[in-house]
Formats: sequence, C-alpha cells, structure tokens
Amino acid sequence: MEEHFPMKKIMDDQGNLIDSSYANDIDEDLVKKLYYHMSRIRLFDRKAISLQRQGRIGTYPPFEGQEASQVGSALALDTDDWLFPTYRDHGAMLTFGSEMTRTFLYWNGRAEGCVPPEGKNIFPAAVPIATQIPHAVGAAWAEKRKGTKNIAIAYFGDGATSEGDFHEGLNFASVFQTPTILFNQNNGYAISVPIEKQMHSKTIAQKGLAYDIPSVRIDGNDVFAVYFETKKAVERARAGEGPSLIEAVTWRTGAHTTADDPSKYRPVGQGDNVVHPIERLENYMKNNDFWDETWIAKMEAELTQEVESALEAMEEYPPAKPEDLFDHVFTNPPSQLVEQKESYLDLIGRE
Amino acid sequence: MAQMTMIQAITNALQTELKNDEDVLVFGEDVGQNGGVFRATEGLQEEFGEERVFDTPLAESGIIGMAVGMSTQGVRPVPEIQFFGFVFEAMDAVSGQAARFRYRSGGRWHAPITIRSPFGGGVHTPELHADSLEGLFAQQPGLKVVIPSGPYDAKGLLIQSIRDNDPVIFLEHMKLYRSFREEVPEEEYTLELGKAETKREGKDITLIAYGAMVHAALKAAEELEEENIQAEVIDLRTIAPIDVDTIIESVKKTSRAVVIQEAQRKAGIAASIVSEIQERAILHLEAPVLRVTAPDTVYPFSEAEEIWLPNHKDIVEKAKESINF
Repeated sequence: MEEHFPMKKIMDDQGNLIDSSYANDIDEDLVKKLYYHMSRIRLFDRKAISLQRQGRIGTYPPFEGQEASQVGSALALDTDDWLFPTYRDHGAMLTFGSEMTRTFLYWNGRAEGCVPPEGKNIFPAAVPIATQIPHAVGAAWAEKRKGTKNIAIAYFGDGATSEGDFHEGLNFASVFQTPTILFNQNNGYAISVPIEKQMHSKTIAQKGLAYDIPSVRIDGNDVFAVYFETKKAVERARAGEGPSLIEAVTWRTGAHTTADDPSKYRPVGQGDNVVHPIERLENYMKNNDFWDETWIAKMEAELTQEVESALEAMEEYPPAKPEDLFDHVFTNPPSQLVEQKESYLDLIGRE
Repeated sequence: MAQMTMIQAITNALQTELKNDEDVLVFGEDVGQNGGVFRATEGLQEEFGEERVFDTPLAESGIIGMAVGMSTQGVRPVPEIQFFGFVFEAMDAVSGQAARFRYRSGGRWHAPITIRSPFGGGVHTPELHADSLEGLFAQQPGLKVVIPSGPYDAKGLLIQSIRDNDPVIFLEHMKLYRSFREEVPEEEYTLELGKAETKREGKDITLIAYGAMVHAALKAAEELEEENIQAEVIDLRTIAPIDVDTIIESVKKTSRAVVIQEAQRKAGIAASIVSEIQERAILHLEAPVLRVTAPDTVYPFSEAEEIWLPNHKDIVEKAKESINF
C-alpha cells in the first residue's frame, strides 16, 4: 500500500524545494505568514508547559513538532469555514482565530475557553476520540444544503482511526458527498501506543480508499506540503466534489500531556532524526534570502508580548461564577434546576 | 377531528412540522422510501423530498453525530433510532455531545434535536428492542425525555419537542402504536413539556405512571374502585424534567402514593419520584411511598416478558398494601 500512497513532500529537511512546480506559488509573504504562525503557536505551547509546571494551569497536551501540520492546514481555510479540533489542535485553533486568552482559560479549567470569537466557526475541542468527525460531516452537510461554499475540517490523530466514529464519519461523508476535509495528524503515538500496535495497515491514507474518498499521504512537517495539499482538498470541497482525507505524517516531540513521561514507552533515540518543522522552514528561508534578522527579532518581541498579555488577561480573568454552571444547561431551566441553583447559591453565600 | 392510532398521530405531527419549518429534517435507518419499520414516516419522503426525509447509513453514532453538526446552523434534526435498544451505539453523541453542546459553547450553540425511538415491552420483539432505557437519559443534564401514553398526547408533545431548542429524547412505546385510537385534531396543537396530566381523579391514593404503564394504572384504578378505593392517576408525559408540583399536590390530597415504571427497579425514575415526595410532603404521608417496577434483571427473551413486565394486578396489590399500612 505504501507505494500507492507515497509521502508527498515539497521541500526536504534542509529547506530545498524538491518539487519545483510550486516555486511560483511560494512567495515571501506566504513564507513569513507560515513562519509567523508556527513561531507563535510554539511560543504558546512552550509557555503553557512551563505554566503547568508552575501550577498556574492544569494538565496540558503539548503539540510541539506538529506546528507545520496545524498551521499549514488552518491557513488553507477561509474565514467562514468550520473547524472541528481535538484537544491537541489549539495550534490550529489559534491560527484560525481562537483568542489566546481563552485558550489559556480552557487549559485552566474554564468553560469560557471553549467559546470562539463571535462569528468564528470553531467547535469546542473534542475530548473523546473521533467523535468530532460525524459532527464535521453534519456541519458540512448543513452548509451544502444552504448552498454556501463553506467547508468543514475535522482534525484527528492516528489513534482515532481505530474508532467507530472515524469509519462512520468517513462513510457518511462519502455517501452524502459533504464538503469535509478529514485531516489526520499521524504523530506515531496514541498516548503510549505506537502506530504498529494501532493498525496493521501501512498508511492511514489507504483507509480512504474503501470509502472512495480521495486520499493523500503527506510529510506533515513540510509546511508547504500541508498548506498546498489542504488547499487542493478545500478547493475540491468548495467545488462540490466531496470529502478528502489527508494523512499528515508528523512527530509529537514531547509527552501526550504534562501528566505522562514518554521515556516510559518510547525507545531511546526515537525521533532524534526528525528535523523540527520550524527549523526546516528556517532552512528554506535562509536558502532563499527570506531570512531577515530584524524582522525575526521584531516578530519574536511582538509574540512574546502577545503571549504575556494573554497570560496576564487569563490570570486577571474574573473568577468563575457559580450561576454559570446552571445558565447554559437548557434554554429555559426547569423549575427543579432553578430551585437547585437558588439553594446552591444560598449554600455558598451570595456575593 | 379524526380517530388516529398513536403511530398515525406521530406521522401527522412530523408532517405538520415538516410543513411548518423548512429546517426540520427527518432521517435515520429505513425512514425514507420504506417509511420506517413501523411506518412512522410513511409518505413523508414522497411529500417533502429526499432532501428533507432521507435514509442514512446504518450507524447510530454517525446519525446522531451528524445531527449535532447540523445543529450548528439552524437545522432542526429529527433523527430516528430504529429501536431504542440500539441507542448504546450513540451514547456519546447523545449524552457526551448533544446534551452539553449549549454548556460547552457558553450558550453560543445549541442542539435542537428530537431523537424519536420505539421502545417498550409486551410485543414479543427480539432481544435489545424492548428495554426501558429512559433513566439513562433522564439522568443526563441538558436532555429532556418525553414519553406519551396515547395518540393525542403523542402529537402535541412531538410538535412541542421538535420546536424545543434543547435536545429531546422522544420515546414511543411499541405496544401503544396501534393498540387503540383516539380523537386527534387534524390541526396543529402543542402540549407543554414537563407538565403531567391527571388522567383520573381520586381521593384515596395517587398512582404515578408514564407510557404504557398509565393504562395499567388506569385499569388498576377501576379495580380498586370496585373495592371503594378512589385512586388518582397521574400520567407524567415528560420524565425529564418531572412535574413535581402536580405530584406533590396530589399526594398532599391522598396521603398515599404508588409509583409505577416498566423499567427495572434500581436508580430509576420511580426512585427519584419517591425521593421528591418524601423530601417535600413527608408529613402528609400515611404510608411509605411504594413502587411497582420490573425486577433488576436483564430484559428477558420474549417468552418470559409477560411475567417480567409489571401489570395492573401488581399495582392493585401495592395500592392495597399502602391503604392497609
């Protein structure tokens, strides 16, 4: 099967273009935009890990190593599209338009963290695995019915492909020909279980074959491959040509979450040869005279400022109000819930 | 007015809402051309087209998951789970997703989904068709659970459920589908969710039931009357939320109550009602509040269902136990 789904790359680890057909599509603006967003989410990610270590936020799932997959795919979308992320896709969410303060809030156990900016179609992150795939199909179905050109992208990992909802979702997308992008980040591990124990098949892309869904396997650390292949899938979906499956092969450099230790389940040295996707883009920039130290320094200063301000805003956020627990359970709460709310507020003492 | 069976009233309600609201969509396994395994959607695809009434692949989680995704854009999905015993396949989509969508999105989105499904014993179905699983959903914050006891209620409650902006589990007892007809207005009407109905007034004891057990309770009340016991019968109609006010008002009058459910005994709706009564009206009680339920065993193969299911005799017995306490 691997020969049917060769890994598509546009640039190599040293940042050389190996597919020259894209040379004209890659300009300085695009490169800087990709670099900016990848740097931005890495900074967020590293900050979040450090905050967790200091006890300033809760358990946190890092995505470092997957920046190219998340940024390349999210930047290939248009503003009115739908994004159905998992708990490890806040890099994609931030790139697509989530507020950073709210992203910190989410990881500090606040419901407000699920709420996207007004008009931004970002579904609350899926916590069980693969459940978001049928949701994305439903949202895409509804857009198609309304006659818009909007599409939905569902993010999921390698472990998700073992779930029933993955197969149900792909089948529904195929039967109803919905404008859905099934974006897989194959980072090699589902918590501690390596892909060889997850599936006997050699690729994830081949799973699309059974559903007649156009599928492609790409180097998920090559931000150009991710960006341009996602764009193609998005254009097909907008043109009414149905769903696509993208397997972006990447690598999670760290733990599943701040609560586990990968040295317990990964062989020593595994992944050492993986060139960080940001370093790879840096190589390309240096090769092509896009490396501008002044721009980089200014960007880094701005990003540091943004992350620090978002953190400050998170830490100064007004404390959670107990009534919030009750206010979004139903449109109109039934009398027993109103009663419970009243007695709960009495018990803890009203402000 | 027309005489309708419950299944006809359900079809009529679906037709009414498909006509009223372009965003109402009916889908599920075999609901299209075949009109559903019980003919609940008979003729609807023909009338409203495949865009609005359609068959899905055979996958319950996919069906409800897709409905959740559709809800993001004003669609009012009315999916069918072919038999409620198959709902386990869709537990995450229902309880993990649809029920908490409003909360998780801080009120930005909601899931106005009405999941219709046949359930209930006494019609000799194969395994996993007849279980009373309503308690699993009544426990889930964010869900409403509606169980009509006849054609008139089914139409009014189903229309209201579809119009409700929160997810509703609408359970249709199979034994009631065609067991009797009732006057049902052709024109639209709604019945408020969360409101019980007093089906029969009485001063001596309150019988609280829902679904097919309402009829067992009414039959029991007739037998009790022969012995000069006046039983009041309350049909809950909605089990989440429960109309506690109607129950308490009645119990304050009669001082005795028996709560009846077809489901197994533990952790059930009846247990919850018993708690509400003792918390709110204990000084009015002349006897412990008793329950009539199925035993805590797996729903049996159909040869044993008649002895397993609660019936009017069990209710009469418990009512007398209360009276003679």
